[in-house]
Amino acid sequence: MLTILFDGIAYGMLLFILACGLTITLGLMNFINLAHGAFAMAGGYITVVMMNRYGISFYWCLPAAFLLTAAIGAILERTLYRWLYQASHLDQVLFSVGIVFMSVAAADYFMGGQQQLINLPPELSGRMEILGVGIGRYRLFTIVVCAVLVVLLQLILSRTRFGSRLRAAVDDRRVAMGLGINVSFVFALTFAFGSGLAGLGGAMGAEILGLDPNFPLKFMIYFLIVVSVGGTSTISGPFLAAMLLGIADVAGKYYVPAIGPFVIYALMIVMLIIRPSGLFARGAGR
Amino acid sequence: MNAISQDVTAMTDSSAATAESRAAKFMKRRNRIRFYEILVWIAAIAAIFVAPTKLLILTEIAILALFAVSLDLVLGFAGIVSLGHAAFFGLGAYIAGLMALHFIAEPVVGLIAAGLVSGVLGFLTSFLILRGSDLTRLMTTLGIALMMAEVANQMAWLTGGADGLGGFTVGPILGTFEFDLFGRNGYIYCLVVLFLVTMIARRLAFSPFGLSLKAIKGNPMRAGMVGVPARRRIVAVYSLAAVFAGMAGALLTQTTSFVSPDVLAFHRSADLLMVLVIGGTGYLYGGIFGAIIFTLLKDWLSVVTPQYWMFWIGLILVAMVLTGRDRLARWIEFLPDRFSRKEAGR
Repeated sequence: MLTILFDGIAYGMLLFILACGLTITLGLMNFINLAHGAFAMAGGYITVVMMNRYGISFYWCLPAAFLLTAAIGAILERTLYRWLYQASHLDQVLFSVGIVFMSVAAADYFMGGQQQLINLPPELSGRMEILGVGIGRYRLFTIVVCAVLVVLLQLILSRTRFGSRLRAAVDDRRVAMGLGINVSFVFALTFAFGSGLAGLGGAMGAEILGLDPNFPLKFMIYFLIVVSVGGTSTISGPFLAAMLLGIADVAGKYYVPAIGPFVIYALMIVMLIIRPSGLFARGAGR
Repeated sequence: MNAISQDVTAMTDSSAATAESRAAKFMKRRNRIRFYEILVWIAAIAAIFVAPTKLLILTEIAILALFAVSLDLVLGFAGIVSLGHAAFFGLGAYIAGLMALHFIAEPVVGLIAAGLVSGVLGFLTSFLILRGSDLTRLMTTLGIALMMAEVANQMAWLTGGADGLGGFTVGPILGTFEFDLFGRNGYIYCLVVLFLVTMIARRLAFSPFGLSLKAIKGNPMRAGMVGVPARRRIVAVYSLAAVFAGMAGALLTQTTSFVSPDVLAFHRSADLLMVLVIGGTGYLYGGIFGAIIFTLLKDWLSVVTPQYWMFWIGLILVAMVLTGRDRLARWIEFLPDRFSRKEAGR
């Protein structure tokens, strides 16, 4: 029971790291980016290649996955995404679905269609007993890393100058521009950062979520659930939504394997009907 | 005094009368059958004789076109971005398969049953898309489609699960026309259904009902203010589109005698959006043109690169959005004037 809860928390943490970049793209730029999973997959494959082909330590792979994916995100943002900020939602959906298709086929082409495996360092594999609760070491590691990241994110958003600029741009883009904030630069940097986080999540999730070319399609719905249920105006909303989803999903798969995914989707739809702008939306929303 | 007021009433009467006749004229002009429409149907019929070896892919096109016409009612007219239209397509496909397996092999009955059941699902789920923004609608429609896929996958005793539903034979159409090996009767059957549905949709789309849908698409709040019951209209058109989508699914089942769980897959909904975008939304025939181009393109790509055609489809999508799909959809205006007046008189 507690083990399931623990696994659920690890899963939820991971989902949050994966999805929080999407929160920013959706909430800040009002851009429906279905291709967010593609960045996560990129991070996962970068880790696989670095570890299995070049034998680089897992600990170095994580920051590398973050940086490389962030770079990919920045390049794509500057070359493609920024033309579509003002486009209709249908255009954005089509564009990002196109990106997803391309990334799926490209991953298949370069890496093959099989499931990718990574060999964790020995100190992270296996389980241990704490107070009678079986705990996977790697899951503990995931939780610690993700928790640190969550705190860092919250601090960046609420304490730094960049964070306040970002929040200003969220609240009112035009006024922020009028105040001399380089909104387009803030957007680009945030987009890159969000992509990088997705890449990091993908790298860490390769062990828990699995990694194959269909990754962006398989997890797209999960990211969207986190964002739409959590709302896009805070960090804590998506975080709680991700935890809920993670625990519900793990518990659902364990207790009622036949209808597990069904429950998740049903819950999401009910939630969307009751609170269309998110469970923890601030005020009425705009 | 009295004379003046009489004058005024006479004036308002006559201006009301002219406005009415202007409106009638406008509706008539919108409703007029255009030249390219006749060409499309002639070409579709001629294909039976010109390309008797290609009838299977033509059938595929006809089914996709029917599916696209159904989404165009929702997307092009009511302006609802749906990522889960495959839910209705898949339900229709399964219902047709189950009908043929358990009850009656005659396809037309199966077709109608599939349309009705899908329509009921469309009606029930239409209330979920009334609220919220584009994103919420997107999520809800996608969620419904995923739920359907999950149900089909789990209820293996009924649907065959991941192996698909097979082992049924579809009887002759109306008891007389047998499905033949070359797909000739199958194609004619699909074409007839496509024609009927397109005509119904056309009648609807170019009626005041269709105009009111476009008003809702333009601005739901203003549409409400001029007296368009937006919610009821959306429920109506969404249910109807679900009926048509279910029929498209039924046609696929009946022409292939097999239902794979793939009918509910996400890529089917995404492909469908692409079909509509290629052909252009909001004038019904976009679905048909788009289905022709998309199917031929996909067929060609899957011959050239069997495993990686998805990449090129994605690339085309991205390129299309970046060049601006409005520009692409306007190709019809480059035709000579007589063919192209798709919505003359504004």
